Amino acid sequence: MSGDKKVIVEIKNINKFYGSTNQVVKDLNLEIYEGEFLTLLGPSGCGKTTTLRMIAGFEEPTSGSILIEGQNIENKEPFERNINTVFQSYALFPHMTIYDNIAYGLKMKKAKKDVIRTRVMEMLELVQLGGFEKRYPSQLSGGQKQRVAIARALINQPRVLLLDEPLGALDLKLRKQMQLELKRLQRKLNITFIYVTHDQEEALSMSDRIAILYNGVLEQVAQPWEIYEKPATKFVATFIGETNLFEGYVSEIKDNEVTAVIESGIIQGEGDTFELNEMIAVSVRPERMKYSLSPVEGFHLEGVVKEQVYVGSILKTIVMIGNGNEIRIERLAGESLPAEGTVYLYWESKDAKLIHTADHVFYQAIENIQMGREEPV
Amino acid sequence: MKQKMKKNSYGVVGKIYCSLIYAFLFLPIVVIVVNSFNATTSKPYLSWKGFTFDWYLKLFENEELLQSFQNTMIIAVCTTIMATIVGTLAAVGMYKYKFRGKSTIDALLYIPVVIPEIVLGISLLTLFAKISIPRGMFSLILAHTTFSIPYVIFNIRARLSRYDNSIEEASMDLGANRLKTFFNITLPVLAPGIAGGALLAFTLSIDDVIVSYFTNGQTMTLPLKVMESIKSGVSPDVNALSVLILIGTALLVVLTQSGILKGKKNM
Ligand SMILES: Nc1ncnc2c1ncn2[C@@H]1O[C@H](COP(=O)(O)OP(=O)(O)OP(=O)(O)O)[C@@H](O)[C@H]1O
Ligand SMILES: [Mg+2]
Repeated sequence: MSGDKKVIVEIKNINKFYGSTNQVVKDLNLEIYEGEFLTLLGPSGCGKTTTLRMIAGFEEPTSGSILIEGQNIENKEPFERNINTVFQSYALFPHMTIYDNIAYGLKMKKAKKDVIRTRVMEMLELVQLGGFEKRYPSQLSGGQKQRVAIARALINQPRVLLLDEPLGALDLKLRKQMQLELKRLQRKLNITFIYVTHDQEEALSMSDRIAILYNGVLEQVAQPWEIYEKPATKFVATFIGETNLFEGYVSEIKDNEVTAVIESGIIQGEGDTFELNEMIAVSVRPERMKYSLSPVEGFHLEGVVKEQVYVGSILKTIVMIGNGNEIRIERLAGESLPAEGTVYLYWESKDAKLIHTADHVFYQAIENIQMGREEPV
Repeated sequence: MKQKMKKNSYGVVGKIYCSLIYAFLFLPIVVIVVNSFNATTSKPYLSWKGFTFDWYLKLFENEELLQSFQNTMIIAVCTTIMATIVGTLAAVGMYKYKFRGKSTIDALLYIPVVIPEIVLGISLLTLFAKISIPRGMFSLILAHTTFSIPYVIFNIRARLSRYDNSIEEASMDLGANRLKTFFNITLPVLAPGIAGGALLAFTLSIDDVIVSYFTNGQTMTLPLKVMESIKSGVSPDVNALSVLILIGTALLVVLTQSGILKGKKNM
């Protein structure tokens, strides 16, 4: 996917500190392609807005550079960048009509009156707000304001549109509808969208690629299915959807089938970049978890059913295994699962995703050395 | 049916209640207006002796009164300009920037508002004497500006509390530089607050008696002049003057109200 596409925004080694110690973005590298819908996803406070504001020019990186169409924009003021922003709070000008709000960008460019008129009418049509031009922002609903904000940001035909949780203030139903509309708009105009959200469902359904940020660190950039099926880090595995995570070390490798020793037994998964004795995490989604009432051949984990909950069409079962950890199993309701007693959990190797955690061990080792302890293992 | 009757009786009581309130509020004004046309010439100028415009004519022959009116206007205009500029900058600055001791400064702002005017008057008089500012027009303007500034700040601040900083960023994002953003966005959005503050400063200055009494020196303002002249009963030319001021204020209120209403629609 990456090879044949043109890079439009390039973020190189960006660090951002607030004050001298509070680092909110850590060595961020990210290439964004022309015409793609890229989502920055992460928990609250992980640095999404800060990253977006650095691209827009409202915030200066402490170090590193941002290139747009190959040009370093370090010294460009926000009003000199060919990028526009849709703010979470809409940020419509309250003293101007919808017409004047949308026309603002072109007026600043000193466009001719009749050009402005045609373009504004086009934009109103595009966001399906024909006939609203004489109203003031206070006379619109949330969803309508959001559309005005989008039209206003699009009128200068930016190459890149930044959207900071643009649907955050809308109710669920309107949000779903606006998600579809935004996606339709983006396809139609073929503009690069950099979209911020902390709603994983929104990210999974709208994006071409998702960049997952955690504590200012970029954890993984990949297509939605890949993020879900092949999480690169423990954080991604747990943040996107529900999962069961086991930690241990590699004890055997046969072709691409990896066997690992964990606290409560031996498990298997698939992967081809792993080494013997390496520390790893194994992620198994609840819907892929299998169970049996008697020990199965090959690996299995013994556990006791602790709880069962119906969530609409899904039956969730929680099983406690040897070391006290809780394992989740999900099945479509109707499929029966024992509500109590001992069960044996297993899965197919291909359904278990292995994750390197060597980094963490490495960091821990450094930390220990710094604290004067001996290097472990 | 019953419901309707109930409603009607409420309506009647309500109407009477309202009429009483309005009578209470407007009776004094009516008395002044009527008396300003009273042809009586003997003190205490209260019995009705027929209709006349004489008092209005007399008013325009009263040099001293006209002079004090002029002084009041000059002082009020200067006070308004100074208090509005200083107050606006202070309010915006205190909103935008964080600095050490900000909350203390915020709290101190209330002091000129809550201390008794008489204390303010005395302290200003002492201060002016200490630093040898001659009492007169200039000291009056300074004094009035002093007590007006906090009101201007409060007024603009009320507006700023609903102000969303991101509209300035949006403006810059769309290609306006800082100066254009200030004039296109910041100023118009704050305008009603600034206008309200200015109006408040103007009215505070026009009818101030106590602080002016301490700081005026030889300069007479209209309120001081009126105070002086009613020592011997309210003479109808003062009534006439009051009516003129009343008309002036009413016009001002109507003008600003329609302006504010027009502005409010889109806020
Ligand atoms: N102006 C600032 N001064 C100091 N710290 C700040 C400033 N702006 C943001 N931060 C801090 O930087 C971190 C990242 O903030 P940011 O707004 O980028 O988070 P976010 O990922 O957008 O979160 P959310 O999903 O809640 O919007 C937070 O810990 C925040 O407290
Ligand atoms: Mg944010």
